[in-house]
Amino acid sequence: MIRTRSLTKRFGHILAVDSVDLAVPEGSRYGILGPNGSGKTTLVRMLLGLVYATSGEIEVMGRQIPAHAADVLPDIGALVEEPAAYPHLSGRANLALFDAAGPGAPRRSRRGRIDEALERVGLGGIDRRPVKAYSLGMRQRLGLAAALLRSPRLLILDEPTNGLDPRGIRDVRDLLIELNQAGATVFLSSHLLAEVEQLCTHVGIFDSGRLVLQDELVALRAPTGQIVVDSPDADRAAALLDGRVEMREGARLVVRHDDAATLNAELVRAGVRVTEIGSHRRSLEQVVLDVTSAGSDQVGKAGT
Amino acid sequence: MIGVELYKLLRRPRTWVTVALLCALPVAVAIFVSASHLAPPPGEGTAFLSAVLQDGSLYPAAALALVLPVFLPVAVAVVGGDSIAGEATTGTLRYLLVRPVGRTRLLIAKLTAIIAFVLLAVIAVTVTSYLTGIAAFGSAPAAAVGQPSAVGTGSLTSGSATSLSGAPLTAAQLLERIGGAVAFITVSMLGVAAIALFLSTVTDSALGSAFGALAVLIASEVLVTLKAAASIRPYLPTRYWLAWIDFFRQPIFWRDIQRGFSIQAVYVAVFLAAAWANFSTKDVTT
Repeated sequence: MIRTRSLTKRFGHILAVDSVDLAVPEGSRYGILGPNGSGKTTLVRMLLGLVYATSGEIEVMGRQIPAHAADVLPDIGALVEEPAAYPHLSGRANLALFDAAGPGAPRRSRRGRIDEALERVGLGGIDRRPVKAYSLGMRQRLGLAAALLRSPRLLILDEPTNGLDPRGIRDVRDLLIELNQAGATVFLSSHLLAEVEQLCTHVGIFDSGRLVLQDELVALRAPTGQIVVDSPDADRAAALLDGRVEMREGARLVVRHDDAATLNAELVRAGVRVTEIGSHRRSLEQVVLDVTSAGSDQVGKAGT
Repeated sequence: MIGVELYKLLRRPRTWVTVALLCALPVAVAIFVSASHLAPPPGEGTAFLSAVLQDGSLYPAAALALVLPVFLPVAVAVVGGDSIAGEATTGTLRYLLVRPVGRTRLLIAKLTAIIAFVLLAVIAVTVTSYLTGIAAFGSAPAAAVGQPSAVGTGSLTSGSATSLSGAPLTAAQLLERIGGAVAFITVSMLGVAAIALFLSTVTDSALGSAFGALAVLIASEVLVTLKAAASIRPYLPTRYWLAWIDFFRQPIFWRDIQRGFSIQAVYVAVFLAAAWANFSTKDVTT
């Protein structure tokens, strides 16, 4: 769906995006994770033809960007950083203007599509208040509604849950999953681990302009070949499994072993009581910490 | 897209406030002049003001002369400067571009909206000042107002306005000439609009680009009066701004009008080309 080859963007002497090879499969929910200022937004802007690449190639739905951006953009719904609207107009008027501005939006179906989009994002009962009277969360929902107006095949969303309360975040997550199941590919960027972990099937990790890791979430979180055992008889367990225990932390042991069930049987046969046992999986947080350096919004002293 | 831009222009309260202010100044002046009958003597002050005491139907010309030096260029610079930079500031620019609206199309739509605004403003001023002029000074020739003919030295026939040269103008001629003046002023303002539009693609600050365009005009006005700058004077954007007055001479004095049209055409072409070149290759990071 989206593919880039050594995509690079330089602003003056700052390297914002550094030879990124992105591959977003069709039908996936792809999340780009990275600290603020790591180049996610610049990447998103390049995918949409807003910012021109210094070098490298971009292909979206099989077409070159920015050369053929006009062919694919009508099938893309986008949210780039904060949502934006004309503050003195109502939400509906804003959507109508936005819809009328570009191609592929028949006037006849406009009202119906606006109603449907507003309904989807939970703004169905919106009145004629101007957008300047909206809360941050309502603006965010309105921005999402604008992205959904023409049933896009691809959603490119930069920080889609910004400004939403926990319930709103949940609503958006459910909505994106629903749209994805109906066939849309979802590409989003976020600095929130939990958001990506709960929503995405594929993860890309961004650090200082480079895509340092890109894989399916299941693969990243695959068992590590270690089993975590909690036991009140930790000492005896450690003695029994001598040589295979990699770490001991009070009543908790990390054991090198392939199968939790077999290990459990072994322990129980030896009369060791087990309160909890299970394969060890890395959390996404651990994955991110393993591959990234200090956040790029930290400014350390030179030479440290 | 052009329809969308026109809708946005017309739905914007600022548009109407600006037009109302532009119309209000000549009305205020008319009230003062008609109450006191103290017009500046011919040749001083605003053009035509002395003539309107004799004939209210010339007041549109006086009104245009009142708003042209400052008010109208400021309004046009604000609208032009806001066109791209304003969208960039509110963040709507990036959404328009990914909608997608082609960058060239967006510029054309913005330019159309500016032209519409200039026409709206100039015509509104013309119409309101015509009505004001008739109401305040009447449309009859000098004698009917009961004033000695201090101006308009030529022969005055009943029911006709007086040209600056003193020869009478029929109503049809007057209408034609006001039309010509409106066209000329609109084109002059397009020069301002093109400069503001170009600056609007350079900076993300609507205020900055409006002020930038005004700075160019003020610099031009200063240089126009400067003898030492006489060599570049014919090429300054404001040099022929007042040439529309020549529409009210009998016969029409075409030389400066034609030069004014050509110089504005050059400014419009150059700055629009620059705006297009800059905007279509620009990274949109707002």
